[in-house]
Amino acid sequence: MNKLNSKIPEGSLNKKWDKHKLNIKLVSPANKNKLDIIVVGTGLAGSSAAASLAELGYNIKVFCFQDSPRRAHSIAAQGGINAAKNYQNDNDSVSRLFYDTIKGGDFRAREANTYRLAELSGAIIDQSVAQGVPFARDYAGYLDNRSFGGTLVSRTFYAKGQTGQQLLLGAYGALNRQIHTGKIKMFPNREMLDLVKIDGKARGIIIRNLITGKIEKYGAHAVVIASGGYANVFCLSTNAMGSNAGCIWQTYKKGAFFSNPCFVQIHPTCIPVHGEQQSKLTLMSESLRNDGRIWVPKDKKTAEKLRKAENPALEATKINEDERDYYLERRYPAYGNLVPRDVASRAAKERCDAGYGVNESGNAVFLDFKHALKKLGKKEIEKRYGNLFDMYDKLTADNPYKMPMQIYPAAHYTMGGSWVDYNLMTTIPGLYSIGEANFSDHGANRLGASALMQGLADGYFILPYTIGDYLSNDINSPSIDINSPEFDEATKNVKNKIDKLLNIDGSKTVDFFHKELYNIMWNYVGISRKKEELIKSLELIKKLKEDFWKDVKIPKDEYTVNQELEKAGRVADFIELAELMAKDALNRNESCGGHFREDFQTDEGEALRDDNNCAYVSAWEYKGENEEPIMHKENLVFENIKLSQRSYK
Amino acid sequence: MNFTLKIWRQKDAKSEGCFKKYTVSDINSDTTFLEMLDILNNSLILEGKEEPVAFSHDCREGICGMCGLFINGRAHGPDTGITTCQLTMRNFKTGDTIIVEPWRAKPFPVIKDLIVDRNSFDKILQAGGYISVNTGSAQDANSHLISQKDAEEAFDASACIGCGACVATCKNSSAMLFVAAKISHLARLPQGKIEAVERAKKMVAKMDELGFGGCSNTGACSVECPKNISLTHIAKLNREFLKAKF
Repeated sequence: MNKLNSKIPEGSLNKKWDKHKLNIKLVSPANKNKLDIIVVGTGLAGSSAAASLAELGYNIKVFCFQDSPRRAHSIAAQGGINAAKNYQNDNDSVSRLFYDTIKGGDFRAREANTYRLAELSGAIIDQSVAQGVPFARDYAGYLDNRSFGGTLVSRTFYAKGQTGQQLLLGAYGALNRQIHTGKIKMFPNREMLDLVKIDGKARGIIIRNLITGKIEKYGAHAVVIASGGYANVFCLSTNAMGSNAGCIWQTYKKGAFFSNPCFVQIHPTCIPVHGEQQSKLTLMSESLRNDGRIWVPKDKKTAEKLRKAENPALEATKINEDERDYYLERRYPAYGNLVPRDVASRAAKERCDAGYGVNESGNAVFLDFKHALKKLGKKEIEKRYGNLFDMYDKLTADNPYKMPMQIYPAAHYTMGGSWVDYNLMTTIPGLYSIGEANFSDHGANRLGASALMQGLADGYFILPYTIGDYLSNDINSPSIDINSPEFDEATKNVKNKIDKLLNIDGSKTVDFFHKELYNIMWNYVGISRKKEELIKSLELIKKLKEDFWKDVKIPKDEYTVNQELEKAGRVADFIELAELMAKDALNRNESCGGHFREDFQTDEGEALRDDNNCAYVSAWEYKGENEEPIMHKENLVFENIKLSQRSYK
Repeated sequence: MNFTLKIWRQKDAKSEGCFKKYTVSDINSDTTFLEMLDILNNSLILEGKEEPVAFSHDCREGICGMCGLFINGRAHGPDTGITTCQLTMRNFKTGDTIIVEPWRAKPFPVIKDLIVDRNSFDKILQAGGYISVNTGSAQDANSHLISQKDAEEAFDASACIGCGACVATCKNSSAMLFVAAKISHLARLPQGKIEAVERAKKMVAKMDELGFGGCSNTGACSVECPKNISLTHIAKLNREFLKAKF
């Protein structure tokens, strides 16, 4: 029997959500007061969900590992948020946003979810503006838009290069308002370490207080995971240092299936890796590709010369136009520099692997504003990208007004995550997963400016409705007793794991193992994957896991701030998750979106899908330590879209 | 590059702290300040004699507001317009002695080493730093027309990352710039005007209650603000606050 019931409503695509809303059950206002919900994570999805649920009358407990909910990593999203408002009159529509998203995801997302996302996109902009989000405006005071990769319309709303920050501060305001009313209890400096199930239902969480080191228990009628993605498996990524997979990994081990772990987005425009001392990679917004042009030298010898130059970017200004290869414009004339992220990342890697890379390491290409500066003037460029240019200048000491930026792809976002049904519920009853933490709407590749849209759609407009359908059966359940044996056992397990980590007392730091993991994942499970290398990566990960549990060294102070212990727990999860990612990549015998297998490509080097055999969502079921997980398939049904070879030419 | 570091060590909120001396060597000039501390910490862990230095950090790209160190007497170090995580070692000379302290302000008690408790900032915003709109009740986004100037000024105020550099820099430990940024951001927008006066009253009252000092207009906060939040927002706060009085 197939264990996956996606609960996608019957009927025509544009009526599914309406019909579903009418069919799901409601909880009366008087009963909402009796129901408790836990939300873990305070990014766009978590904050918006917590605030909206509290407004409805539920009692909410919110947890985040940072010292304030405002610091969740949604804050760092730069470029913008998509919405099918068609304010530009450029023939945008819900259907077009839906189609772009499905195509951008290389036809590996559910039609019904993606359509709903497009339908809700407009209301997110309305809500955010009402909260005081200062989006960019035109001279008459109307909202402005810009273009993003993978689309031919302008539907991206933005607030300079800090759109995520502004949207999150809006949601954080709504959260604060409910904290003030007492409907939300906020618990910062807390990290979730396990899920508690009672009678098969999610009923609470075990957390570590990161200040006192104490283990605490919290119960609720439902648990919502909004803890973001797992790109930090790659160690060097654009994620925050603390971004972790703990919640989705612990819940996977408790029975929530994990979908499409191999779908990772490698973002094309990040500041390249330099030296051995780096801790993270800084993203340069995709919006830069609106006006910046990406190139490498046409001649390999010129590239070689650049690699040896003291300042390659300064040298590059001397290279004539006819000696430059604007390879995205050459390969994809229709979309040019605005091809989707997966396509742009692979093209950069292809050029660098072929010997045209331009910095010391050979792993960098140029992003050049020379023409835009000439055409639009410095003032206009400053207005559009000023803060991004400054950020680049501060980090690299190169001035992008005078010389091209050097960029290279880096791990950025994960399309995979907890499997959820149309209600955003995982395979554990009462456990929901929203935002980047779930696998839902982006298929095998997410379009730029769509993560903010999805996080907020889930939190403001989907979960507040669908969670009622589940909780309506729970109105007679009393508050969850945290002194039950299930809570005690979960607490014991968490304590045992901490003791085990602290007692290894080996010879290498956590950072050492995380960097080793980077080497394995970036080289073998990165932008481009080969069957034999994936098999090799599985061996290497297994070995790394053994070494980690034998040889990691963590300071022993348990009941105080112990940042090494926090890191160790996260890296232990990443190593296990890395194994599942490699397994999933090995299992998916096709190339699609962010998953590129060299054994499946067209003659022109483009991704070659296999719609007959691979139009599915993988959903992995945990079977225990040292047991092989089982992969279930949710077959994707396309009733409204004709599957085609994705072309941006 | 090689450096001598004098770092504030403090076991917890109750213990007394002191400076301790460390050395780091072979640091690249484009390594960031926090990466340099990572390197120090990795060697401290392997030595096993003392605990690594605890410090707050997360995004490491200048936007989450989590990091914040007082370096050689300046919030976020010698460069301007950046957070500690964006500070690279090329801003120092090899051989330099660098003094590293936590934010020092009564409403920001030290938790451990360089980590302080900034929960008071959240409390000020909880008191009223928002527009009271429920999810679902918004009208079409273009029904509020907002001039480009107002939108940009609101953005400039709203760019505050809540790091606390302003408080740490102010000789009175005043939170005026932080509070003013939120009040000014919302008061400039038509959606935020209705509650502007009440908001100012509530936030200022909370700020006073939490023990932040008064503002004496020296402007040091604005100079050290990593997001260059302008002092004019404090004037806007005062305007809204005066309205509340009459």
